[in-house]
Amino acid sequence: MSEHHHHHDHDHSELSETELRVRALETILTEKGYVEPAALDAIIQAYETKIGPHNGARVVAKAWTDPAFKTALLEDGSKAIGTLGHVSRVGDHLVVVENTPQRHNMVVCTLCSCYPWEMLGLPPVWYKAAPYRSRAVKDPRGVLADFDVTLPKDMEIRVWDSTAETRFLVLPMRPEGTEGWSEEQLAELVTRDSMIGTGFPKTPGAPS
Amino acid sequence: MNGVHDMGGMDGFGKVEPESNEPMFHEEWESRVLAMVRAMGAAGAFNIDTSRFYRETLPPDVYLSSSYYKKWFLGLEEMLIEKGYLTREEVAAGHAIQPAKALMHGKFDLGQVERIMVRGKFARTAPAPAKFNIGDRVRARNIHPTTHTRLPRYVRGHVGVVELNHGCHVFPDSAAMELGENPQWLYTVVFEGSDLWGADGDPTSKVSIDAFEPYLDPA
Repeated sequence: MSEHHHHHDHDHSELSETELRVRALETILTEKGYVEPAALDAIIQAYETKIGPHNGARVVAKAWTDPAFKTALLEDGSKAIGTLGHVSRVGDHLVVVENTPQRHNMVVCTLCSCYPWEMLGLPPVWYKAAPYRSRAVKDPRGVLADFDVTLPKDMEIRVWDSTAETRFLVLPMRPEGTEGWSEEQLAELVTRDSMIGTGFPKTPGAPS
Repeated sequence: MNGVHDMGGMDGFGKVEPESNEPMFHEEWESRVLAMVRAMGAAGAFNIDTSRFYRETLPPDVYLSSSYYKKWFLGLEEMLIEKGYLTREEVAAGHAIQPAKALMHGKFDLGQVERIMVRGKFARTAPAPAKFNIGDRVRARNIHPTTHTRLPRYVRGHVGVVELNHGCHVFPDSAAMELGENPQWLYTVVFEGSDLWGADGDPTSKVSIDAFEPYLDPA
């Protein structure tokens, strides 16, 4: 083995071992005729382009501007979102939970990583990692502090542990100072974390 | 099973560390693992509950020290071996050696991609009326199966209130073990933080789980 090659292996030993194993598995699955590699490429491309928090943001902005839609959304999230042709298709069992001045909602999956993919995309690493999953249900305010989020002392905080195939999306409160804004403008304020409950929407005029 | 995956309420894992401008995948192989899991699941090699169970049964030290997609990879490889879709010999060789096992839904090809971008349906016809009504007080059963369950340890034995009824769904405890869908009523049950954690909890917090009817007793 050349010195260069050796050096490379040393630097990336752990990663390259996993990489090699993943490649080997894909080779076997392909050779056995279980999967078509181009179909795997297409799955990845779909995740990279079709899903993401922009979908959830449009739903939230619509709820902020259309009271009838908001009522329908809180009644049956999947059904209401299904009426919006421009948002990616959503599966069954989506529950939308509303933040109010009295109650803040936060979503977790303590057992694995359940998350509303169609609305928010693939979950970030922190959502799937032990610190968040372990503490969200016991010390939600402590977790929020890690996000620099502070709630009023007497506000109820409700944690939704996604233990089944139901999925939860937080409907954050509409920021003040946005009267007369269009849905498109409002959607720009809606962050991913505000729909998980670990953040707030952006404030108009504040640096992003 | 009472595995390390059942993390709710555990201490000592440190701060949550959000990464700004996080990429969708940190390594290219992660995306291949995601795609293989979705494709083989859609082809009928396993259901979502079985795939969760294989991740949960990784040795605790491996579970805790592996990245998310590494766990997915390890679970996938082991599951496909145990279900007879590939052999350890093939994994060691990095090539197919044995004939393929037929997949329930056939080869996963380009034409299948669209259908997996919408979540599967888990609602089923109810075999019996729901036992609980909204507002009922229920106690999470003190059960400790060594097989797959979605009843987290931190609620077992505690009393909560039924808040939502989601209808009848595939029961993961049965489906994961390939014992059939065994549909059960599914409820959102909400617990007071102070009931779950006593004086060490946040008195302004409430925590809910989605609980299948066999997880609950009237209280």
